[in-house]
Amino acid sequence: MNTAYIHSVSLDADKCTGCTTCMKHCPTEAIRIRGGCAEIDAERCIDCGECIRNCTHNAKKSICNLFDEINSFKYKIALPAPSLFAQFDNLDNIGYVLQGLLDIGFDDVFEVAKGAELVSAYTRLYLQAEGIKKPVISTACPVVTRLIVLRFPFLKDNLIPLLPPMEVAAALARKKAMNEHPELKREDIGVCFISPCPAKMSYARTGFGSYKSEVDLVISMSEIYFQLLNVMKREKVCDMPSQAGRIGLSWAICGGEASALINDKIIAADGINNVISVLDQIEDGNIPPVDFVELNACPGGCVGGVLTIENPFVAKNRLHTLRRYMPVSLNSMPEGENYIPNSCFFTDFPNYKPLNRLSDNIGESMRLMAQIQALRKELPGIDCGSCGAPNCRAFAEDIVLGHADRNDCIIAYKEFIKKYIREYSGGESVESQ
Amino acid sequence: MAEPLVFHFDVDGDNFTSAGQASVQVKKNLRQLGLDPETIRRVSIAMYEGEINMVIHAGGGVADVIVSDGSVDIILKDSGPGIANIEQAMQEGFSTAPDNIRSLGFGAGMGLPNMKRYTDQMNIDSVVGQGTTITMRVNY
Repeated sequence: MNTAYIHSVSLDADKCTGCTTCMKHCPTEAIRIRGGCAEIDAERCIDCGECIRNCTHNAKKSICNLFDEINSFKYKIALPAPSLFAQFDNLDNIGYVLQGLLDIGFDDVFEVAKGAELVSAYTRLYLQAEGIKKPVISTACPVVTRLIVLRFPFLKDNLIPLLPPMEVAAALARKKAMNEHPELKREDIGVCFISPCPAKMSYARTGFGSYKSEVDLVISMSEIYFQLLNVMKREKVCDMPSQAGRIGLSWAICGGEASALINDKIIAADGINNVISVLDQIEDGNIPPVDFVELNACPGGCVGGVLTIENPFVAKNRLHTLRRYMPVSLNSMPEGENYIPNSCFFTDFPNYKPLNRLSDNIGESMRLMAQIQALRKELPGIDCGSCGAPNCRAFAEDIVLGHADRNDCIIAYKEFIKKYIREYSGGESVESQ
Repeated sequence: MAEPLVFHFDVDGDNFTSAGQASVQVKKNLRQLGLDPETIRRVSIAMYEGEINMVIHAGGGVADVIVSDGSVDIILKDSGPGIANIEQAMQEGFSTAPDNIRSLGFGAGMGLPNMKRYTDQMNIDSVVGQGTTITMRVNY
């Protein structure tokens, strides 16, 4: 169950100049610069994509499946995330995009927004249940769920145990294909999520707890975008109706998931650092009594994902325009039903994996931390990053844990050289020379 | 066993923007030490409430968190107005917070009761006009 986490953020070492930008932006201090090149600590990385977003040399990359890989399946289903529809200028009908996906080679299209509307309906029902721990926290953003597992173990019971829309849609899409084409075997069907972010790729490959993803391929939205531009034509009449309404589409922007609950006691936060501070506040009991908390690692929500084309603010505006004449929702609980299907629940959550623990023995950890505290006082405290650690405290930790050398600090090294020169020149002060 | 470890914080008075920062830092440190999540949460809630109290009532103060073998002690010391009636202050819902503080969502009269609830021992030493020292212990 505790198999290694498969990441989808990687580094092109040829392009990396060791400039420290990504290291400074990493919210979990997972990056160090060693030998002039960034290194990502897989244990600490949460796939948030901040390094990709901030790299000025395009050296940080997301590993997704390539579009051509869909050809390894007999029957290919595209699962567009709702954020895809926000990438096109002057789009007045998402049918153009759905048709475009068929034209570039998919056999069917199943909107993730449809799964999202179902998850919204299930969430409304879940919130009425007795004995659930509030605030209920969304599990839709894989960065947030991984962050909670690594850093906020106490909030694990607040996570809603419902599968995210991508998984609900993937299972339904496969079921639909098997019903319509009984000749197909499970492995003949390729369910391909078109993703705004690398974290979905990690999720599809790693799963969550003992849950294994229903998604076979994760293709970057930016790659699909260019494929679609070649085939989408205004004259071409689209005959694919949208499978979801406003609620499903709005999941792409921060607040969409929460507002679908038709409940005022909600909080929606976006941007990884804001997410962390909201989680800290919930953990400290310092938050108003809300029922539901929606958290999005990317600025603006999924439209701010690093694999999108358009900036999140323009994308948000487009979704507002696009949804104006849409029905509120096209998917809800079947008439007369008021239970959530078992298949839509997680059976367990991953075990707590403490981030940054110094050692497995508290006494030993205390000794190490005392050393770190003492060392930190001696370091310059300017957090320049030249040593290859994001700040002086992290550097002190690295030294004590044996991952760095004190002379990696250029300020300390300068003092050392000054002292050496002073001694060599017979006690004269360097400044006067 | 290792020497007790001391984390020292200066809590800035009248600064709501940074209020709560010390408890977030304590949480990080305790996580690094590998304490169990429940202990970390109890310490950080007690610490947070105490920190906010110092900001609201006493114009700031100093906080020391001492981690020893089997327990975490939190010592909050301020030179504020002091607490006239400790028994009354310990009652849930009793508050002397001014309106401008209440409008920020604080001052519900749960600070001291929460600190007591989440810790194993709590002692208040207060002299009106001189200040208050609160000592709390969480055993783990």
